Amino acid sequence: MSEATDEPLSKTPLHDLHLKLGGKMVGFAGYSMPVQYPQGIVAEHKHTREFAGFFDVSHMGQVWLKGKDHAEISTQLEKLVPGDIANLGRGRLRYTQFTNVEGGILDDLMVTRPEEEAEEGNLFLVVNASRKKEDFELLMDGLGSSIEATMINDRALLALQGPAAESVLSSMSEGIEEMAFMSSRKLAVGGIDCWVSRSGYSGEDGFEISVKAEEADKLAELLLAHEDVMACGLGARDSLRLEAGLCLYGNDIDESTSPVEAGIAWSISKRRRSEGGFPGAERVQTELANGVIRKRVGVKPDGRAPARAGTEITDMAGAVIGKITSGGFGPSVECPVSMGYVPPEFSEIGTKVQLIVRGKPLPATIASLPFIPNNFKR
Amino acid sequence: MTIKYTEDHEWVNVEGDVATFGITDHAQEQLGELVFVELPEVGSQLSKGGEAAVVESVKAASDVYAPVSGEVLETNAALDSEPTKVNEDPENSGWLIKVKLSDPGELEGMLDSDAYSKLIS
Repeated sequence: MSEATDEPLSKTPLHDLHLKLGGKMVGFAGYSMPVQYPQGIVAEHKHTREFAGFFDVSHMGQVWLKGKDHAEISTQLEKLVPGDIANLGRGRLRYTQFTNVEGGILDDLMVTRPEEEAEEGNLFLVVNASRKKEDFELLMDGLGSSIEATMINDRALLALQGPAAESVLSSMSEGIEEMAFMSSRKLAVGGIDCWVSRSGYSGEDGFEISVKAEEADKLAELLLAHEDVMACGLGARDSLRLEAGLCLYGNDIDESTSPVEAGIAWSISKRRRSEGGFPGAERVQTELANGVIRKRVGVKPDGRAPARAGTEITDMAGAVIGKITSGGFGPSVECPVSMGYVPPEFSEIGTKVQLIVRGKPLPATIASLPFIPNNFKR
Repeated sequence: MTIKYTEDHEWVNVEGDVATFGITDHAQEQLGELVFVELPEVGSQLSKGGEAAVVESVKAASDVYAPVSGEVLETNAALDSEPTKVNEDPENSGWLIKVKLSDPGELEGMLDSDAYSKLIS
């Protein structure tokens, strides 16, 4: 008996637009998504680094949490994440993770505290598409009964990334230039009400825009009509984040990796490190004090052959020391780039290792992350 | 000289007992811009339908199967530094491998240009 794995794919509000633009559609986390458009991944990637790329990220989960006030809601959410939510200011957002009792990562997410006083006690979360269901169950079970959690199903999420993103949005909206990196506001873009945050997943300056599903098409067309904007698919999204050294959930971080091993402990504040109070705090505190058994590092193959996820990393004598978790070719750095985990004694920049690609050991070097300098708004 | 095609989207051009092959324009279009091409050692033996080369785009690595059997006489060294030649000119300067044809009978039953065009339309 064969397993029924071909459940119909969900469509984002921009599905018809993707088809109209010639998007090559693939299944991703249960959604039909464009992996690329006719111009191709390399062109889309480079355009984003030079001008601005438009991405449909509506497959991601948008969750609304409602509590009495910020003290209550932050206390509740801090039971599930190591990030400092209590000290998150109005109109600011923060990167954090849901952790399990072993200190592994259940998902990574963005937490936004709305700017408006009327929204006091509310938080807006954006989680990975592949983890939506599990995250929502975690929130329902883990937050106190006084907190109301709602999965938002009637909004699209668009990303505009790249050095020209600010000027593009400014031509359609007031107050964009004043927005700091990792801040969020409600504002009208081309007359359409949006929740705009200055954030992204490309290593570039940029914005992520939540908009009502029925207005998503209009907003997308408006952004794409700007000469600096090119539609980009999941392929370019992946190569951009890889060059930027950003983790992909399920590849670079998962239930077995801790935030310390993954090198994202910068997202855990001093207060949370000492107070703990999140699942797996003991492991995180121990690792911060005594070190880790493995660390996420950048790995650059010395040759031209890309080393992809799953590739074994060996020492120069051929003993397996770790595994590549993401890898491919960086169109901006014009060479193959990978990330993976190795023991700390192999993690120093410049350490020589080997990658087993199609059975052959290829020389590679431990490299600093990100592979390209971040270009965030200061 | 006639170019023949396989259902796996390779072309093969035979002159005497030397067969030159590569991937079709349709195949390169599907793969997107190539960033790396792995070619076999000169002197190694390829067997029809077996792995002959690997072509990699930003996103993925794909196998290229040998359309015919034979000893590798030469590989396209220009692809080391310019893999995109395969995208630009897949059926000429973007060739992959030349082999000494061991069984000319293997060419029988391959597609001609018209039949291949029908396959991909």
